[in-house]
Amino acid sequence: MAQQKSETVFAPWDDPDQKPIIQFKSVTKRFGSFTAIDNIDLDIFEREFFALLGPSGCGKTTLMRMLAGFETPTEGTILLEGKDIAKVPPNKRAVNMMFQSYALFPHLTVYDNIAFGLKRSDMPKSEIAGRVEEMLTLVKLNKFAARKPHQISGGQRQRVALARSLAKAPKLLLLDEPLGALDKKLRQETQFELMDIQEKTGTTFVIVTHDQEEAMTVASRVAVMDEGKLVQVATPAQIYETPNSVYVADFIGEVKIIEGTATPLGDDRYEIQWAEGQPAIRAACSTPLTAGSRVFYAIRPEKVAITAERPKDAANAVKGRILDIAYLGNISTYHVELPDGQSIKAQTANNRRLARRSFTWEDTVWLSWTDTAGVVLTS
Amino acid sequence: MNRRFSWFNATSLTLGFAFLYIPIVILVIYSFNESKLVTVWAGFSTKWYGELIKNEAFLDAAKVTIQVAILSSTFATVLGTMAAYVMVRGGRFMGRTLFTGMIYAPLVMPEVITGLSLLLLFISIGLDRGVTTIVLAHTTFSLCYVSVVVSSRLVSFDRSIEEAALDLGCTPFDAFRSVTLPIIAPAVISGWLLAFTLSLDDLVIASFTSGPSSTTLPIKIFSAVRLGVSPEINALSTIMISIVTVGVITASLISKRSITRRRDEEQKADQ
Repeated sequence: MAQQKSETVFAPWDDPDQKPIIQFKSVTKRFGSFTAIDNIDLDIFEREFFALLGPSGCGKTTLMRMLAGFETPTEGTILLEGKDIAKVPPNKRAVNMMFQSYALFPHLTVYDNIAFGLKRSDMPKSEIAGRVEEMLTLVKLNKFAARKPHQISGGQRQRVALARSLAKAPKLLLLDEPLGALDKKLRQETQFELMDIQEKTGTTFVIVTHDQEEAMTVASRVAVMDEGKLVQVATPAQIYETPNSVYVADFIGEVKIIEGTATPLGDDRYEIQWAEGQPAIRAACSTPLTAGSRVFYAIRPEKVAITAERPKDAANAVKGRILDIAYLGNISTYHVELPDGQSIKAQTANNRRLARRSFTWEDTVWLSWTDTAGVVLTS
Repeated sequence: MNRRFSWFNATSLTLGFAFLYIPIVILVIYSFNESKLVTVWAGFSTKWYGELIKNEAFLDAAKVTIQVAILSSTFATVLGTMAAYVMVRGGRFMGRTLFTGMIYAPLVMPEVITGLSLLLLFISIGLDRGVTTIVLAHTTFSLCYVSVVVSSRLVSFDRSIEEAALDLGCTPFDAFRSVTLPIIAPAVISGWLLAFTLSLDDLVIASFTSGPSSTTLPIKIFSAVRLGVSPEINALSTIMISIVTVGVITASLISKRSITRRRDEEQKADQ
């Protein structure tokens, strides 16, 4: 079964025979007394689309700049295909970077921007024009080859920057908040274009972003960072459904964190006492917990059902009053206040057009969810 | 916003421009005076311009001045750009703030002191005064002006453009030559022009550092005026004023047109 899975799904990180293209080995980076990167170990595999996700100042950009060669680690080593790259200057690395500001050369045309790196490589002159054409076709900018960067739109500039960084066919492409300057619609289109290009070229991509939606959309694996540390490295689905900490659960998507104490029921089932007068939450948790240990229960709004009557066989059900309704078009979010003042969100999909809403403000409703809907966290 | 042009504005404008330009206008008018007496108008004539061309002493001085200005502004531009680059891009090093301050100090140093100290230096190392010493002296004091102009441009431009060049395979020097320099070129050129004009009209430092064979035009004019103002000098000054005016107007027209064109193109690109 496992054998079959590894053949169909791209998951080199689960295969012990795969050699990572990049290895961070206990890498630490300090700027004066400030520790930007704190003892990080990380493997990134070939053809991966790897996302570094975190709030600003978490060290994700520093990590990327160390790969590009603009910063050197204070301690530890970074290996690219097994070789230490600490002493290799940026211009000698088979790594290219797409900058957040695009950093296009304003005095050169689109064509010359893309050809810039090729002219400085050992590619014969006769092949450069062909390669530039190829890149222009890839990003659909053939008509704009003779324009200067200020003569094209923001989205086009972004594509020139991408073409320029891909032109030398790097082993590794670094993307620093590549879509930050684009508006939402263009950003979503470009995300799919990026994935498409990554697949076509077979390059390993490492993307830095603070936008969790973007990381979830494009990446094969996501590393969530906080204060220079890797909090969790996993696939988007794992990060979302089985976060390893309150920090990750809270950072990705909407979540309600309930604090309580756990009582084992056996068979990986637990009861969580969380509020006076409320029934204990029944939850599943594969990591063993001792009786009375302090836990955090994370439940996402889309896992919570909202009904007028108490559902008969729900593992968890609480009664509350609707405080607020957020209508977002495709979904509606209900903010439900419980008698003790806590509020839990429930989300329903609006899959029928112009349907009359069943609930309104101040209605008394029941919220219910299964025993596997939430995640029990210890930190 | 439709503000009326009040009498107060009109007065301030008139007063300001009168202060700035009446002396120059008078000088230009009297350069076309028939009479040899500077203060008495005796009819229109261009004869002083003719006289000027025949005056070899003035022509020699003009040649020396131009030669000094071109050489010193070129040296100052090279050195000033290098200094600015290190100050802005060199990263942190010991005494960086001190060095930055020291680059700018000569801007406020009295010229007499700069001139005197250079003179003492040249005497102590036994360098004969002549064109070389003036060039050296002018390079010294205009270097800091170039450095100010270039570093303000360097500060405002996106560092990641240089990093992109390194990332794409440039050595640091290649990155400077093929990316940084073309981008800061306008600042480098205006730095050169500034150094050129400063050298052109410097009197004090030149008089300390010039030798018998190397009189510059300002020195020549100054010493000629001490013997009495002649209409020839008015003519010479008028020529210098018109050269400078034409230069300034052309430069500003060119830059204004390129800015408007760029803005139009950017607007078109975003549509």
